Parts: sequence; C-alpha cells; structure tokens
Amino acid sequence: MDVDIMLRVDGSQHRLAVDTRTTLLDALRERLGITSAKKGCDHGQCGACTILLDGRRALSCLALAVAHQDAEIVTAGGLGQGGLHPLQRAFIRHDAFQCGYCTPGQIVSAAGMLQEAAAGWPSAVSEDLDADDVVLDDEEIRERMSGNLCRCAAYANIVPAIAEVAR
Amino acid sequence: MKPFRYERAADVSGAVALLAAEPNGVFLAGGTNLVDHLRLGIAAPDLLVDVRQLTSGRIEELPGGGVRIGAAVPNSDLAADRVIRRRYPVLSQALLSGASGQLRNLATTGGNLLQRTRCPYFQDLTTPCNKREPRSGCAARDGYQRDHAIFGASEQCVATHPSDMAVALAALDAVVRTRGPGGERTIPVTDLHRLPGEEPERDTVLEHGELITAVDLPPLAVAANSRYRKARDRASYAFALVSVAAALDVADRAVRDVRIALGGVAHKPWRARRAEQALRGGPASEESFRAAAEAELAQARPLPGNAFKVPLARNVIVRMLMDLAGEQR
Repeated sequence: MDVDIMLRVDGSQHRLAVDTRTTLLDALRERLGITSAKKGCDHGQCGACTILLDGRRALSCLALAVAHQDAEIVTAGGLGQGGLHPLQRAFIRHDAFQCGYCTPGQIVSAAGMLQEAAAGWPSAVSEDLDADDVVLDDEEIRERMSGNLCRCAAYANIVPAIAEVAR
Repeated sequence: MKPFRYERAADVSGAVALLAAEPNGVFLAGGTNLVDHLRLGIAAPDLLVDVRQLTSGRIEELPGGGVRIGAAVPNSDLAADRVIRRRYPVLSQALLSGASGQLRNLATTGGNLLQRTRCPYFQDLTTPCNKREPRSGCAARDGYQRDHAIFGASEQCVATHPSDMAVALAALDAVVRTRGPGGERTIPVTDLHRLPGEEPERDTVLEHGELITAVDLPPLAVAANSRYRKARDRASYAFALVSVAAALDVADRAVRDVRIALGGVAHKPWRARRAEQALRGGPASEESFRAAAEAELAQARPLPGNAFKVPLARNVIVRMLMDLAGEQR
C-alpha cells in the first residue's frame, strides 16, 4: 500500500511514494540512494542508522517513513556539507574508527548528544540531576553515547574525539 | 512484513473509532518497540492508527500540586523537565537509565508503558511462547531464565515487564488516563499491567481501542527525596536484572513515609507494599531496611536460573534506603 510522502534530507526536498512498511532507513538508502546512514542490526540495538530527525538524534531503522511525512532529516553526509564538520575532523585526527561502518552513526549521534548537553539535559551518570550546566567528562560521554556500538571497539579513540569537540 | 494500512485521525476520538472498527489494528506512537515487532513478525496488524501527534506533548502542573504528562511526551523531554527533576527525581533517573539517547527521543510516555517483554523466547518465532501464541508452551520454563520473574509468575508465563519508567510511576502512585470506545477512565499505574495468570497474551487491563491520553503524578512530598537504582549486565543500555524506585522521608530517625517499587522481577512493575508496611513508623536503620526487604522477598518464587535475584533485590533495596536516609540527614 503506497503513500505519497515528502522528505527533506540534508537540505534537499524529495517527493516519493513508499509502501507503508518502509522505514526511514530503507527510504534513504534504497529509494533515495543516500547511504551514509548504515543498516547494522535493523532492530534498534546498534545505532549505525542514527540520523537527526527534526533536529534530534533518532534511529531511522525504527521509524516508519509514512509516520514522518514532511520530516527534516540530517545524515552524516549532510553534516559535512561545505567542508568537514568539527566532529568529522576530530574523528580523523583521533583515528576514531577501524572499519568505519558505525562511524556515520557515531558522528550524527555525537552531534545530537552535544545539543542535548548544551540544553542542560542530565544523564544516568550525572551527579547533580538538576544542574544547569553539563560537564562532558569521559564517563558522561560514554553513557550518552551508549546507544552506538563499535564492533572494532574504537571507543578508546571515539571518546577523546568527542571530548575534544565538546570542550 | 505483512502489508498493513496506515491511518491518521483528526482527534483522539477519531483514532479510537478507527481502531474500534478494526479488530486486528494497533495504535502507533514512537514505534521503537512496535516497528521491531512488525519486522520480527511478532505483531502482524492489518491497520496502524498513528497517534504520535494526537495526544498531548505537554507536561503541565495541575492546580492541586500534581503534574499531568501528555501521552505523546518523549521520554527524553520528560527526563529533562525541571519540575520532574526537582519534585520527582526518581522518574527522571528511571527514564535516563533506560534505552539510549536516540530511543528516548522517539519513545513516548504512553508507548513506554505499553512496550512488551524482552523475553528472548517471546521475540523468537521459532520457540514456543504462551504470550506470543497462546497455548503453545513456555520455552523459558526449561531455558534461559536470567531476565525472568521471581514474583507473581504463572505456569504459562515467567516474563518480566521491561520498562524502567513504569517502575518509578508505580512507586509515585501515578494514574493513567485513557479514552476508549466506552469513554474515559483512570487507572492507577499499579493496576495497569496484569500478572500473567492464564492469559499471558494480555499485558494490561486496557480494552481494544483504548488509548492512553496522559499520566497524572499526584502531589507527593516524599518524592522530593527519591531515586532509581538499576542492576544490569552492562553499565548502560541494558534491561534491568533488578531495579528499585524508592522515596523515603525520615524524621527523628523514624520512617515517616516510604514508597518502593521493583523492576525486572515480575510481569508488571512490582510495588513492594509489604516492605513499605514493615518500614512505616519504624526505625530508619540498616537492620530494619534489611528486614523490610526480606519481608517483601518472602513471597518470591525464583526459577533455578534466576535465584540470584532474591539476594540481589534485597541488597539493592537496602543500599537504596541507606542512601536515601543519608541524603536527608
């Protein structure tokens, strides 16, 4: 059962007809040829498909495209438009990947996470739940990024890369 | 994935009517659990009625001092809300200890309550499961039992409810507001979820087509000194083996008021009323905290594979109450 929808992805408008079963991830990859969001587990457990959905980080494998008509989507590819994003530069500088498959999801997730921290959102490891300012030490970064898995275990370099941008 | 129709309605009553007319239909909110179930084949509806933008996305203070949380409020917004952080910190902490940042941004308050068990056999179509397919059997009876219930289970089902948020809401005496084909009603969160009994396929007391529209938190002074603690197999992004939501008020070294609910131990958030009763009015000491935890756990009927949860729950409860008593000093 096809439905006509509109998606704005990395600044470009796309009109397409999708089967109601299509996820945002499949719409991006299979229909629009935008492949920077990766399909890892396809069950919401790995974070490789992370996008910014209407400004917030979200898992595109668990979002039906019909339920997000007119959504504004940013992928890792879109973050880097007009030169590398500071997070992308930091990941390169810190060698924060091995195979690279989880990297676009890590970078988009980190971008969303930095906005959440700037808005004063606490995390499960925040000592003072009601603090106005969030200090992103390594423990905070690890907790806030726990939804992004790296099977190469590049965490030892991912955390300092994000910490550098957070400073 | 089986094909399905997708519909939106102009308002809540329209959505309820759409679903009432389709016995094999379901509501869709954030989709973080349902979309996975569609893909796995655990859910195979003919109709999805999208309610994500229909119910309120606001958190409002009520005239009597309580708070009303719209069913569409994302888990992340609820956890970050200043009123919740200050007056009901246990709720904020419970939300933050669940899922991941990406999931909390999509998942809603109503949907979190209605998420289904993560029992591996429920999620695996190749194994018997009375909850997924009534009268097919229970693979957990002789299988993996680490995540399973120690309270209130039945021969048919030993699954646990996975929500952290619901455990905090149970401790806080929160009330769910619903709209269904028969009109509106309110249900205490402690009565929303069922024990499995003979009908493990039914997670809650909700009727078909009944939609959660909001959750009300009562004014509750003791909640200002409240916390959530979660024991799990990883430091983050894992479901609870045992969790505890508690609030404590101590005056003159005696317990003036206390609320305790446990997660990861039953088919529903487990309000520890026996422990509360043992504590109220008594001394705020480690010895009495331990006795109260043991009074609650005397009802536990663990399986061979999860007997560790009994001492674990006792220790988590005692440590939590010690921390809360220390905070107040």
